[in-house]
Amino acid sequence: MNYKAGKYDIAVIGAGHAGIEAALASARLGCRTVVFTINMDAVGNCPCNPSIGGTAKGHLVREIDALGGEMGKTADKCFLQSRMLNRGKGPAVHSLRAQIDRRKYSDVMKHKLETQENLELHQAEITDIKRTDDCYTLTTRMMAEYEVKAVIIATGTYLGGRIFVGEVSYESGPDGIFAASFLGQSLKNLGLPLRRFKTGTPARVLKSSIDFSELEEQHGDEPPIPFSYDTDDLGENKVICHISWTNEKTKEIILKNIHRSPLYGGKIEGVGPRYCPSLEDKIVRFGEKKRHQLFIEPCGENTEEMYLQGMSSSLPEEVQVKFYHTIKGLENCVIMRPAYAIEYDCVDPTEMNATLEFKKFNGLYGAGQFNGSSGYEEAAAQGLIAGINAALKIKGKEPLVLDRSTSYIGTLIDDLVTKGANEPYRMMTSRSEYRLVLRQDNADVRLTPIGRKIGLISDSRWERFNRKQELKAEELKRISKVVVPPSEKINEILVSRETTPLSTGAKLIELLRRPQIDYKALAPIDETRPNLDSNIFEQVEIEVKYAGYIEKQLKQVEQMQKLEKKRLPEDFDYRELKGLRLEAQEKLNKIRPLNIGQASRISGVSPADINVLLIWLSQRK
Amino acid sequence: MSKSTIAAISTAQGEGGIGVIRISGVDAITIADKVFRAARGKKLSEMKGYTAAFGQVVRDNEIIDEAIATVFRSPNSYTGENVVELSCHGGLFITREVLRSVLEAGAVPASAGEFTKRAFLNGKMELTEAEAVIDIISAKSRIAARSALSAKEGALWKRIEGLKNSLVNTAAHFSAWADYPEEDIEEVTGENLRQNFSEWLSELDNLLKTYDKGRTFREGIDTVIAGKPNTGKSTLMNLLSGRDRSIVTDIPGTTRDIIEETVIVGDVILRLSDTAGIHETGDTVEKIGVDIAKNRLKTCGLVLCVFDGSQALDEDDKKLIESIKGVPSVGIVNKTDLGVKIDRIYIKDRLDYVVEISAKSGEGYDRLSEIISKVAGTEDFNPSEGILANERQRNAVMNAKKALIEAKNALDIGMTFDAVEVLLEEAIENILELTGERVSEVVVDNVFHNFCVGK
Repeated sequence: MNYKAGKYDIAVIGAGHAGIEAALASARLGCRTVVFTINMDAVGNCPCNPSIGGTAKGHLVREIDALGGEMGKTADKCFLQSRMLNRGKGPAVHSLRAQIDRRKYSDVMKHKLETQENLELHQAEITDIKRTDDCYTLTTRMMAEYEVKAVIIATGTYLGGRIFVGEVSYESGPDGIFAASFLGQSLKNLGLPLRRFKTGTPARVLKSSIDFSELEEQHGDEPPIPFSYDTDDLGENKVICHISWTNEKTKEIILKNIHRSPLYGGKIEGVGPRYCPSLEDKIVRFGEKKRHQLFIEPCGENTEEMYLQGMSSSLPEEVQVKFYHTIKGLENCVIMRPAYAIEYDCVDPTEMNATLEFKKFNGLYGAGQFNGSSGYEEAAAQGLIAGINAALKIKGKEPLVLDRSTSYIGTLIDDLVTKGANEPYRMMTSRSEYRLVLRQDNADVRLTPIGRKIGLISDSRWERFNRKQELKAEELKRISKVVVPPSEKINEILVSRETTPLSTGAKLIELLRRPQIDYKALAPIDETRPNLDSNIFEQVEIEVKYAGYIEKQLKQVEQMQKLEKKRLPEDFDYRELKGLRLEAQEKLNKIRPLNIGQASRISGVSPADINVLLIWLSQRK
Repeated sequence: MSKSTIAAISTAQGEGGIGVIRISGVDAITIADKVFRAARGKKLSEMKGYTAAFGQVVRDNEIIDEAIATVFRSPNSYTGENVVELSCHGGLFITREVLRSVLEAGAVPASAGEFTKRAFLNGKMELTEAEAVIDIISAKSRIAARSALSAKEGALWKRIEGLKNSLVNTAAHFSAWADYPEEDIEEVTGENLRQNFSEWLSELDNLLKTYDKGRTFREGIDTVIAGKPNTGKSTLMNLLSGRDRSIVTDIPGTTRDIIEETVIVGDVILRLSDTAGIHETGDTVEKIGVDIAKNRLKTCGLVLCVFDGSQALDEDDKKLIESIKGVPSVGIVNKTDLGVKIDRIYIKDRLDYVVEISAKSGEGYDRLSEIISKVAGTEDFNPSEGILANERQRNAVMNAKKALIEAKNALDIGMTFDAVEVLLEEAIENILELTGERVSEVVVDNVFHNFCVGK
């Protein structure tokens, strides 16, 4: 017999990276929120790499933090090693990545949910969602019925999860936790078209069975840089990682057993990501490469499990043992958890608006892998936006849609809901056309005012943010005024950096404009320099040095925003516009872009079609 | 509705019998009044709709052509706005001159399909008609898209494909290198980038040259007939145009202004200017003509330099030869019917080609025609190899070139590669504007295709 378990504003299905951000945002915005997790010990689980951030993903974490999300703060608390990737390639592609203690991460996040006002966390599998007039009824495996105004689905790889290791295959979520086997059918009955995606993870091996003696070490940056604008000091890096390589022998074993891979044997129907190929994928697709790199990363401070980044596989366990043993340092490694591939149900994100609400289902939202993305950070970003929008809707407020020029979060969501995902979507810096503006150093400038307006930024943080902006403005003023006279000291610095010495005085700002010169170089002669947060110097320097390029991008942003302001009607049948090509009519009816800008990004809508839309729009006025 | 008044040549451009210049907008009639002088003296603004007047199109008090002006008053016109149509003598030159004077009088050039668009927006058409209009407009752009590039089989597309691939590969290499810093991906260095830049820029320059050649084909070459007074320039012009247009007399300085004419010689269109004879003069009015002529010499595409073959070269002739250095030129030794006394070797040594003719009798015309084809480069020009066919395409290539030059500068001053890359993508975007593809998709696809990346 079902029983009534209560009424809530918002239910979040899943307490992974998407669910956590969604639930916290919704509760913090004053909505009574209930969160369901299949396993209470799997809240904020990291079933793949024990790290947060990375290229473009680091940007996402900073942005989540700037908006008032949790991921960055928790990652800082659990950090083991931190590195700023891509130093030297330019500020647009600087990305922060931290190795983290995955158990601790899970504990910290769970505790945050437990202590959050307005939020209840339950261990329960949701087996059914029913829509009534103005609400949804969720039923748990234990037959509890929850009545809610909005639902956020964040089921990750649990929904219809199936694991593949060689010939072995069984229903399961990650890390031995059972899958959500009933909800999929319920969603199909509701009318959501589901499809199968796949991903995979490498083996975890016992630290003491690895011979590190001849492996290259990888150390963290000193001092390590935190993700959160709220974290002052991380302390010291706690671990080192190691690098090794596969070889001809590894390749030979894999090719000999390739027929035993469920991917090549045709057992997996799900579409896997191109950027996260299994080792067998890499070897088959890039046959000319003699070796592939791998990173050996600790899973935590109080565990001997080591993650083998780059070595994902779905070959039989027996074959895994053989090929891992061909790798230098791993000759005698003991596999604690084998590598596996996992297939799961997800939805076509073009069914959603940029608010992450389903177009056809008022109050139903999706986030994370369920939406066809991949990665903890991508999931958290969507969770945050879905949580914010569900709450704003319940409060009767305007929704939050971040456009592409504001953030990687906006770019991610726009890509998903406009272009769809033919494979699990991973964020990359090359996906943003506004890279020089959307940097990891200035996420706060871009998004904290928005977070404040929504209500996720506390008074103290807001004051701190404003103070920082003042200090930044003062510093900019200072370097525009201070003149450095020519001297032996400064010219020595300039010459050592291979740039022209001074013959007359130059302002600090002029020196900083030189590509070869940074704050650090000028320290010995910059006597009036105040003691400021390093992020202020970072932002000032980049804005000065890249001013011309940034301005160029801002002009492009302006152009884009003009098109974004031309709104398209919500209910028009594009088949009536005979001037559009057939494909464009179909795509426009399916995606239902909000404006001309979004329409122009739909593949299959040509510039000629856009002209037709523009003419038609101006005629309607 | 729209505030601007637009104008365009609305008949097919070419050697038609009649050319119509259409002006549409609130000020259409006022603007037309500035350029049109009715034979009966009545102003167009005093005329009712659906009426016409015969008169002259004038600019700076100079008559450009005779024309008929038809007045349409809002809302009873094609566009629903005030409209004046000036029907004048066809031909590239005349219609353009009329359009030019209309634009000078305050109209702005109409963009493609704008008259129809205005008609449509002003509710001149029923809904069903409106759909048809959209059909037409989109059909036009589809044809345009098909014409050279988007169909991906056009000659130009093939031509730029290599360039595009090279640019995209470089961008993808950078992206892979930046987005997968821990993968085993070859480092991007300034050295290999720099080398690519010179190749890309020279390819873009080659493309731009095709536009000039293509334009030579479509629009003709700006050609000046130069020479000291009374060498027979006007006679030559009349020979080429087959019309008695310039005033031909034996008094030096008769032709004081630049008289233009579009003629076809062989398969080459020449936009001829018969200039005032270039010589030192005290006559102020004549001096203005001479100055204009000298200026024209520097900017034109071809000089037909006329000499009186029956007389010896003098200082004026030699000065003229000196002044056209670097401009494609044909020396024309005229008046062969009077016997040749001139120093042909001197001219041959200094000008690209020399031909002897008698403009009066037409002798030597065929030889001149051959030489003009040669100079115009139309002999070895094959448009099916892929050329930039219109201003839009040329703009795209120009913008690509601009972005590449900026990228190269960024590289040269030691900026980080992310800045270089952003400019590189701008260049790609411009190139892709020709093919209808979009930049980020192309680069990302290429990353996965060419680089082994993953966790």
